[in-house]
Amino acid sequence: MRRTSPLSCVRITRRSFAAGAGAAGLLAATGTANVARAQSGPLKVGVLLPRSGAQAGIGQDCQRGVELAPAMFKALGLPELAIMNADTETNVEVARARAEKLINDGAQLLVGAFDSGQSAAIAQVAEQKGIPFVINIAAAPQITEQGYKFVFRNFPTAPMILSDAFANQMELFEATGAAPKSVVFMHANDTFGTSMQQGINAVFPRFNMPYKIVEQIAYDATARDLSVEVAKAKATGADALLMVSRLNDAILITRELVKQRWSPMIVLSMGPGWYEDQYLKTLGKLSDGPMSFVPWYDPNKTLAQQLEAALAKAYPGINMNTNHVFTFEALLVAADAYKRARSSDPKALADAIRTTNITDNVSIGPGIQFNDKGQDDKLKNAAIQNRGGKLLTVAPKAASNAKPELPMRPYDRRG
Amino acid sequence: MAAEVYLNVAVSGLLTGLVYGLMAVGLSVIFGVVRVVNFAHGEMMTVAMYLAIALFNSLGLDPLVMAVPVAGVLFALGYVMQAGLINPFITRPEYSQFMLLIAVAIIIVNVLLIVFGPDARNVQTSYAFDSFLLGPLIIDATKVYAGGATLVITAALFAFFRFAPLGKAIRACADNYTGALVVGLNVKRLYALTFGLGAACVGAAGSILVLLVDVTPALGPALTLLAFIIVITGGLGSMVGAVLGGLLIGFTEAMAGLFFTPSAKSMFSFGLLVLVLLFRPQGILGKRVL
Amino acid sequence: MSARLLEGVSRRGIALLAVLLAVLLAVPWIANDYLLTVLIIALYSAYTGQAWNVMMGFAGQLSLGHAIYVGLGAYAAAALYVHFGIAPWLGLAAAIAIAVACGAIIGFLAFRFGVGGVYFAILTIAFAEFARIGFDHFQWVGASSGFFLPVANYTRNDLWNLRGDPTMFYYVMLALTVAAFALCHVLLKSRIGYYWLAIREDEIAARSLGIDTFRYKMYAAVLSAGMTAVAGVFFAFYYNNLFPEQVFHISRSIELILGPIIGGIGTLFGPLIGAFLLTSLSEAMQELLSALGFDAPGVKQVFYGLCLLVVVIALPGGVWPWLAGKLHVTRRDP
Repeated sequence: MRRTSPLSCVRITRRSFAAGAGAAGLLAATGTANVARAQSGPLKVGVLLPRSGAQAGIGQDCQRGVELAPAMFKALGLPELAIMNADTETNVEVARARAEKLINDGAQLLVGAFDSGQSAAIAQVAEQKGIPFVINIAAAPQITEQGYKFVFRNFPTAPMILSDAFANQMELFEATGAAPKSVVFMHANDTFGTSMQQGINAVFPRFNMPYKIVEQIAYDATARDLSVEVAKAKATGADALLMVSRLNDAILITRELVKQRWSPMIVLSMGPGWYEDQYLKTLGKLSDGPMSFVPWYDPNKTLAQQLEAALAKAYPGINMNTNHVFTFEALLVAADAYKRARSSDPKALADAIRTTNITDNVSIGPGIQFNDKGQDDKLKNAAIQNRGGKLLTVAPKAASNAKPELPMRPYDRRG
Repeated sequence: MAAEVYLNVAVSGLLTGLVYGLMAVGLSVIFGVVRVVNFAHGEMMTVAMYLAIALFNSLGLDPLVMAVPVAGVLFALGYVMQAGLINPFITRPEYSQFMLLIAVAIIIVNVLLIVFGPDARNVQTSYAFDSFLLGPLIIDATKVYAGGATLVITAALFAFFRFAPLGKAIRACADNYTGALVVGLNVKRLYALTFGLGAACVGAAGSILVLLVDVTPALGPALTLLAFIIVITGGLGSMVGAVLGGLLIGFTEAMAGLFFTPSAKSMFSFGLLVLVLLFRPQGILGKRVL
Repeated sequence: MSARLLEGVSRRGIALLAVLLAVLLAVPWIANDYLLTVLIIALYSAYTGQAWNVMMGFAGQLSLGHAIYVGLGAYAAAALYVHFGIAPWLGLAAAIAIAVACGAIIGFLAFRFGVGGVYFAILTIAFAEFARIGFDHFQWVGASSGFFLPVANYTRNDLWNLRGDPTMFYYVMLALTVAAFALCHVLLKSRIGYYWLAIREDEIAARSLGIDTFRYKMYAAVLSAGMTAVAGVFFAFYYNNLFPEQVFHISRSIELILGPIIGGIGTLFGPLIGAFLLTSLSEAMQELLSALGFDAPGVKQVFYGLCLLVVVIALPGGVWPWLAGKLHVTRRDP
């Protein structure tokens, strides 16, 4: 993080333009998408993601959702998008500067930026310039509480994630007949973790959960060693672990659970990390069991299945996850709006986005729609569980494809 | 909380602190003798860690065993850095040295990013998940091995500086630069050797630390700061001081995490540092040189 | 006063300065919003670099934790605005007061207890980290989940509340930078400036001459802190969100000092030249690398580091003294 320079300009790579041009040529040749011909060429969409800096890995993962879009949109008869890639460098000022540069270079719509802070900065620029900005991933509720007219978010806010998490947990406890009586809540002391912690204190009392939160342990997100934290958690004598963490902490904590010989009844994670490919690969058999309550795709929806197939073909061995799904859907929103607006005028696009209603989508819920604050408040979150290196959706029932395993098998009995 | 929780945490903190202490020894040697503000210390450590990982993945050798060859590589790196780049800066003002090493650090971090990518890497040894049961205590096996290796290496270093002629010559340079020149020691060569030696300590520490901590290119700066805190607390110019400083910082952070909120445990190390700087700037075991 | 302002600057220098000022004033008419953003960042770097330069260049104390003043100023003004509706120009007073108090504490601890050189630098880092972790737990200003200032559509410029389009912020930053330079120049030519020079060159000799070195070092520390806090206020109202991880982070402190060190410590124009040089360097680097197709993350920073290395080795006094020589702009110290 300390290496970032004050600013840089956008990387409008030759590759992405060539790809866009090539795809457009292909479209014209095959004669499909009459709709595309009605407008003046592909819509210029600026995609802002952290491609370097602390969140580089995640940004690059989101990029996969971007790469899959062109082929899938063509098959769906959606108009062409000319993608302009930019790197926010995991830095708020750089994010803002890049957004300015993209708009300057002709971007008609912006998509991004994974992080709440960077998304907030970009949102200001977008609102001021009147360019629609579709947020792919960012959970801080404040972003859509500013009264913006050009900012849209197809991702749940932290309170939404929490409410669904508790609702899903109730469903799971009922289904399996097992429930912890006490949990210890551990969270990383970063933007996301603290948002969730503040949310829990507000949301938890509304639900009649069978467990009590006996202690809240906040740890340093950049900690290299979590043995003290896990020791503290174990000492509370709680049945289960309630988590908000990222990938590295998830791996560290699991290792410590094994080393300190504590197998909680279940790990309930309300954030990233415990289901990511790196986690599954690094820990092998020890990765089974944890449940994650996250925004997810609906495995029973057609488009989700198509996207998963496309992902498996382009990137074998990688499980489809939140990053891919919501980045793809952000672009889907853009393409769909462009199709309906029949114009690349930003105001027309924004109005079109506001009336979005895509029922044939990937994520869980009735479909993509936005309320008057620009927030998709109909999104539902899933509960997924790790099993044998795969991710199974165990709740909500309507979107599930497997039965939950609760309690999870103790670590010392996994062969 | 039961007594064994405190004991467990204390032991864990001490063992981890031991490994950080070895890293700090390297800085103590460099800073104490050559008087260079090595702000690329953590980055050198990161290089060592990546090297250990690469060797582990290709040759399958245990990092503890590889501490020696990794130390060797880092020695060469340090020697070249000192002789080629840093030497003219010894007489320059501190901020100049600092800028030089910052530039070096930037280059190292980003080269590592390009070569290895941003994801965290680690080694999975066969004993990665083991722990020893000692009565009510559960002690992490990996930490015990790491701590043991550190003690062995530190003892060897100590013996070197105490008994080997070269070691004594280096100490002479540190104690009295002019005197060393007068006696006919090739100070420039000794400086390069010392920097190399300090780097070798970092190499060994890195190879050991990789068992305990996952490495990312961005780990460097945090380790640099930690090394400085330990060296200043333990005492400049004293190797035992560096080790003790490591133990103290490891212990303090662990206990602070237990008693207060873990996310604030670093504040205690910084608080300790401030207190040391104000009331005992030479550190616990340092000599009053200032 | 105007005589003081222009004292010691050659005719050629004045001419160049006037041209530079004219160009900077005219920029918003000829440049697009993106370029304005770039310039705002460059001016911000120049301003904070100059503020830091007061402590380092004038009083000879290497502060590596200067981000603490930016952060304190930013949070103070932002908190007053969000929680009590107090305008930033009034919140400025609180921001400066808090930063000055902090600077005084650090200065007092350091100078009274004789902590200098690298030890002082580490002390400043420790304080900045302390602040970072502290604010990470400070719920009243959002802790680590961030502090957001309410933002609305900018239909018109509100200078009093610092809400407006980039052009307004540009002029505010330009005014601040010019004021900083004027202030430093006047101070340098005054008695306090000479005391600072004496302390920087040889503190013991200065003390033996009867200069109260402790007092003047404190002045430098406190002035530097206060000036930096103003930048913090601007930062809060320009970016509208504050995260302790970003605002107090050590990488901010380092970014802050790159400009003055490259440009020339202790000189008046060093920070300005350094800031603009670094900004355009990373710009150029970015363009060049995209053109050549080297898009991988980190490549740009490697070249950046190499350029830094070259400048540090080849131009130890900084770019400005070398440049000034070439331009034949100065007869005495600028």
